[in-house]
Amino acid sequence: MLEKNPVIFIILAFVVIMIGTTVTMIAPFKWINGAGDKIAEVKPYTPIQQEGRDIYMREGCNNCHSQTVRTLASDVERYGYGGTHSKSGEFIYDRPHLWGSRRTGPDLAHIGLKYTDPKGTWHRKHFENAQSVVPASNMPSYSFLNTPLSTKYSERKMKLLGFPYTQADLDDLKGKTEMDAIIAYMRKLGTDIPVKKAEAATVAPAVQKNPFTDLKAVEDEAKSLYKQHCASCHGEKREGTMGPALKGSAKSDAELYKIISQGIEANGMPAFASSLDEQKIWKLVTYIKLDTK
Amino acid sequence: MRERTQYLDESVKGFIIWSIIWGTIAVLVGILISLQLAWPQLNVAPYLTYGRLRPIHTNAGIFGWGIGSFIGLFFYITQRLTKTPLWSPGLARVTLWLFNIGIASAAVTLAMGINRTKEYAELEWPLAVVVAIIWVLFSVNVFMTIFNRKEEQMYVSLWYVMAALVGVTVLYVVNNLGVPLHLFKSYPIFAGTNDANVQWWYGHNAVAMVLTAPPLALFYYFLPKVTGNPIYSHRMGIIAFWSLIFMYLWTGAHHLLWTPVPDWIQTVAMAFSVMLIAPSWGAVMNGYLTMNGRWEQMKTNYLVKFLICGITFYGLQTLQGPMQSIRTFSAFIHYTDWVPGHVHMGTLGWVSMIIFAAIYYVATKMTDSEIYSVKLANTHFWLILIGQLIFSITMWIAGVQQGSMLLATNPDGSLHYSFMETMIAIFPYYKIRAISGFIYLAGLLLFIYNIYKTFQQNPASQTSKA
Repeated sequence: MLEKNPVIFIILAFVVIMIGTTVTMIAPFKWINGAGDKIAEVKPYTPIQQEGRDIYMREGCNNCHSQTVRTLASDVERYGYGGTHSKSGEFIYDRPHLWGSRRTGPDLAHIGLKYTDPKGTWHRKHFENAQSVVPASNMPSYSFLNTPLSTKYSERKMKLLGFPYTQADLDDLKGKTEMDAIIAYMRKLGTDIPVKKAEAATVAPAVQKNPFTDLKAVEDEAKSLYKQHCASCHGEKREGTMGPALKGSAKSDAELYKIISQGIEANGMPAFASSLDEQKIWKLVTYIKLDTK
Repeated sequence: MRERTQYLDESVKGFIIWSIIWGTIAVLVGILISLQLAWPQLNVAPYLTYGRLRPIHTNAGIFGWGIGSFIGLFFYITQRLTKTPLWSPGLARVTLWLFNIGIASAAVTLAMGINRTKEYAELEWPLAVVVAIIWVLFSVNVFMTIFNRKEEQMYVSLWYVMAALVGVTVLYVVNNLGVPLHLFKSYPIFAGTNDANVQWWYGHNAVAMVLTAPPLALFYYFLPKVTGNPIYSHRMGIIAFWSLIFMYLWTGAHHLLWTPVPDWIQTVAMAFSVMLIAPSWGAVMNGYLTMNGRWEQMKTNYLVKFLICGITFYGLQTLQGPMQSIRTFSAFIHYTDWVPGHVHMGTLGWVSMIIFAAIYYVATKMTDSEIYSVKLANTHFWLILIGQLIFSITMWIAGVQQGSMLLATNPDGSLHYSFMETMIAIFPYYKIRAISGFIYLAGLLLFIYNIYKTFQQNPASQTSKA
């Protein structure tokens, strides 16, 4: 019968494919993005951040960069930047989602927690010429984003997406470049979620003296911490690229500890107190001063 | 001869030729982006950057080569299986025009950065509407041909065809629901985690309804035609069909393991992914057992090589896929190059091998002649097989290597490798992959030459059937 009546066959095939669809795709609408997912601190995008997000989409950044920190320790350690894994409530204003499926570049869900410099110096240099900051990087040059930002649809976007905005937000777009917009978006990512940042930064180290006097014992760990967190600005060999050279630093251990822990906002140096514990910061201090002692 | 005159194959030929053109573009763009990953200075801003080209590669491959050839070949097999001429050859001609306009516009707009970013549903709303219209026109034509059929029994190939017609329509429409901002920009109606869940319900079932059901329809039709053996078990075909289309729709969230998508959806997706091994291998075993007692054809018949090698890759693909759907293994290889390795075994190995065999066969039938050169066809077979294997195997190695480096930690719990170190480790594989692309391209060019010469052998064939 089924093999002889195409109309009944098509209806039945439709019903069969709708069963799994209903359970796993339609039914979850009831609670995903609902009250249980809401995070009060997560705010919608401002006009410039949304413009930046649209440029991110236009350039297909999602083809190489994911935006979800999985609930895996290694993901949180690598991409959490002091935050934890991604939660549903962080994405409720994302239309579309930009989670991606391949990490040819690092995850960006919390990248705003890493580079906090308000001027976005690191991002600007990296977008213009990634290899000048990360020598082996295979990211293309996006210097062509140094072009005036079109604001023709900015207000309509806010209205369509239902995001709050003020006239000042719109006026703020004047004279901005596409580069400014995408950097504003980068700086927003992950920063809404409360991170115990200020608190951690003011906590004085329990051990006031560097506990790692035996350099050889911690060299391997310190070296990989350095590569992970410092090399992209201070050079693989501590020779200095964007940030100053660290080799032969005259600063004391305690001074270095303070800088790494709290950062120097005016210079774009991020604070690492939220992403590195005391032991790791001391190991970094040891490594930075490796051949000056 | 009496039989052939009633079939209306003009659009079959048109779709085959155009799908080959779009397929070649997909491979060329694929080679370019594989080179860009190894040498970033090959990005030409802004139009020819990796981020804009990669969707062109996937869309040209899936929509241009895959769907294009399926439309043509479905017009062909539906007429034969129903013993009925195509319902409307005029509509088929219109469909072909729209198809080419649609794919060409897709390539241009994607290069311009007009891109919804949802994988395999990147096209902005006006083009998404065009794609939907193409699909509906094609579906109506096939369905009406089936409806008017002279052969009462519907062979299993027609089931897969009809399931694809319904499935693709539902998937494509839902995942493209959005609100237009202007002609070239829209925002989806779904947000965040919902949008991700809808996207991968679509993404994974595009694999089911575009890259599994249609090539299976072709396989079930062409294997008996080419070998002269009836399909081993009709009953196994029935069971495998219904369980396949039932189970697939539950599995999308295996693309979202460890993400904020609710855990139970992930777990259900894992379970159904593993269960899918059964119907997938139902089709594989049906193919193998059809060859019972006739395995010498693997040596004597070049088409059997393509078909059996293709179904073997399908079998491997449907073992590897469920493996990747397990949380622990996904934690290891997801987001690495393992996945492109997996995908290309399916597309270059399974799907394309079946299409190649089908096109060779149809070209000889339509020209009422033999293939221009069996030797070239055999060389084509070996080149694409070697190219695909080098591609997939290097990417699997790269994925395992990068995956283990990304997870490696020091005794104090800190990460052992920086992200950049993991990339530096896999750059050599990117270069090998680019070479594999050239090998595959060489095979493809031999195929094109062979088909061109075959069609030339009988230029009158166009007019002989009215």
